[in-house]
Amino acid sequence: MTINQLSIFLENKKGTMLQVFQLLKQANVQLIATTIADTVDYGILRILCDEPSRAYQVLKEGGIAVALSDVFAIELDNKVGRAADAISLFASEGISISYLYSFIIGGKGILIFRTDNADKAREIIILNNMKFVAESDLSALL
Amino acid sequence: MEYPPFYNPEYETLERSELEALQLKRLKETVVHCMQSPFYKKRFAENKLTPDSIQSLDDLKRIPFTTKQDLRDTYPFGMASVPLEKCVRLHSSSGTTGNPTVILHTQRDLDQWANALARCMWMVGLRPYDVFQNSSGYGMFTGGLGFQYAAERLGMLTVPAAAGNTKRQLKFITDFGTTAVHAIPSYATRIFEVMQELGIDPRRDTRLHTLIIGAEPHSEEQRRRIEEMLGVKAYNSFGMSEMCGPGVAFECKEQNGLHIWEDYYIVEIVDPDTLEPVPDGEVGEMVLTTINREAMPLLRYRTRDLTRILPGPCPCGRQHKRLDRMKGRSDDMIILKGVNIFPIQIEQVLMQFKELGNNYLITLETSDSNDDMTIEVELNQLFTDDYSRLQILTKEITRQIKDEILVTPHVKLVPKGVLPQSEGKAVRVKDLRKKF
Repeated sequence: MTINQLSIFLENKKGTMLQVFQLLKQANVQLIATTIADTVDYGILRILCDEPSRAYQVLKEGGIAVALSDVFAIELDNKVGRAADAISLFASEGISISYLYSFIIGGKGILIFRTDNADKAREIIILNNMKFVAESDLSALL
Repeated sequence: MEYPPFYNPEYETLERSELEALQLKRLKETVVHCMQSPFYKKRFAENKLTPDSIQSLDDLKRIPFTTKQDLRDTYPFGMASVPLEKCVRLHSSSGTTGNPTVILHTQRDLDQWANALARCMWMVGLRPYDVFQNSSGYGMFTGGLGFQYAAERLGMLTVPAAAGNTKRQLKFITDFGTTAVHAIPSYATRIFEVMQELGIDPRRDTRLHTLIIGAEPHSEEQRRRIEEMLGVKAYNSFGMSEMCGPGVAFECKEQNGLHIWEDYYIVEIVDPDTLEPVPDGEVGEMVLTTINREAMPLLRYRTRDLTRILPGPCPCGRQHKRLDRMKGRSDDMIILKGVNIFPIQIEQVLMQFKELGNNYLITLETSDSNDDMTIEVELNQLFTDDYSRLQILTKEITRQIKDEILVTPHVKLVPKGVLPQSEGKAVRVKDLRKKF
């Protein structure tokens, strides 16, 4: 019901981000989506890719501070307002979204997010017939 | 084979009154002997003192202090109390500020030094069947040869591994069945990190049971962490090259204060500003007088180390006084915005956070004519990818450090492995402030 995302803790210094991407390139990992949250002191880079477990090993062995985290991935119709509709369902139940990003792949809108209450969020997704996306689904759309 | 509990029972089990009688006898002999030293001869004459002026332990106070500057001023041999041909070894400190200092040893001094340190290691349970690996720098650093000779005297198989090349150290530990290691605390941590990288489980794959840590100030929290990581008992060792080296004071199995060998040294704790003695239990600068040394006795040497005497008897039965762990050195002290700060205070706070690793760096900088402190500390692992949780952690560390040192630092989390790794003495403070 959730998919694996790489979360990488980056020092705010020249070249640290490049190092991550080069390690993934050398290991022939295909990226699906990336996003970075930056602060004054450090950044958190989040990556969806085709083989998260292998990518995790590659980065870890390369000395990168990396974790595998579970995030929700749901598929939405590629139409105006669908993201607002989905998010309002969580908001009305008092669930906070810690972070969220979205992208379009193979004509489908994909919403990736993490909440402060995974059980409740899962329940809302199921009750409202939203469609979970599996890792294999994403790779198939590449 | 059953071994006795004490290495030198005739000295370790003395009652206070016997110990003090021995100290007075040795102090008088030392003062007479010091008149062979050009430095002390002059100093006594200048202060209208003679060896006869010292009739009680209390009379020690009449002798002026000896300082590190005195050692520099008499560089290299001006402090010696014996002719050079009686000396067999010399240790010298690095001379980062001015002349280096030189300490000379006769054969008797080396024997007595090895004896004192063998006594320390026996006290924490090391016996001839142990395999001792000395992962300390050799050469001029007294932790190398000092432990080498002492461990051999005790009868252990001794591996002079020296510092560095951690993978080779681990090969020795596993192949030779090393049971005890001496290392500075930051290096002990490094050894464990490399064990993790190589998939070595210290409890399963090694016979380690004892670690001796010293030379670097470290907190109780750091000791507990080292013990937990390596599955050993870690004992605090104190020494300084001016007093031979390691073996001056050492923890017993109680791990509650370091017994200072009072048949070798007379210890005083003084207020570093007024130089007046402070009562037992209060922190001050430690002043040591050697009473069992031949080549270069030192009278009332100001160590710059800050500590206190722990009052009360020790359950181990030894009546030699106990020093609290060093609070730092009066010359390690950072003065920031008029506040006196010791790096060890910051370390104590950091070590309480499980999320944090063992490596940290304090940087002092001037920005907009304000002096600021930045503390970079390594995250143990990425326990969350949630920025708000990292921020809460940072705030909590900042708050606790501020409570401790009264200055608000800028706390910066960094990934593991980013800060410089030490294979020698760890550099914890970088002072980049503009000096006016």
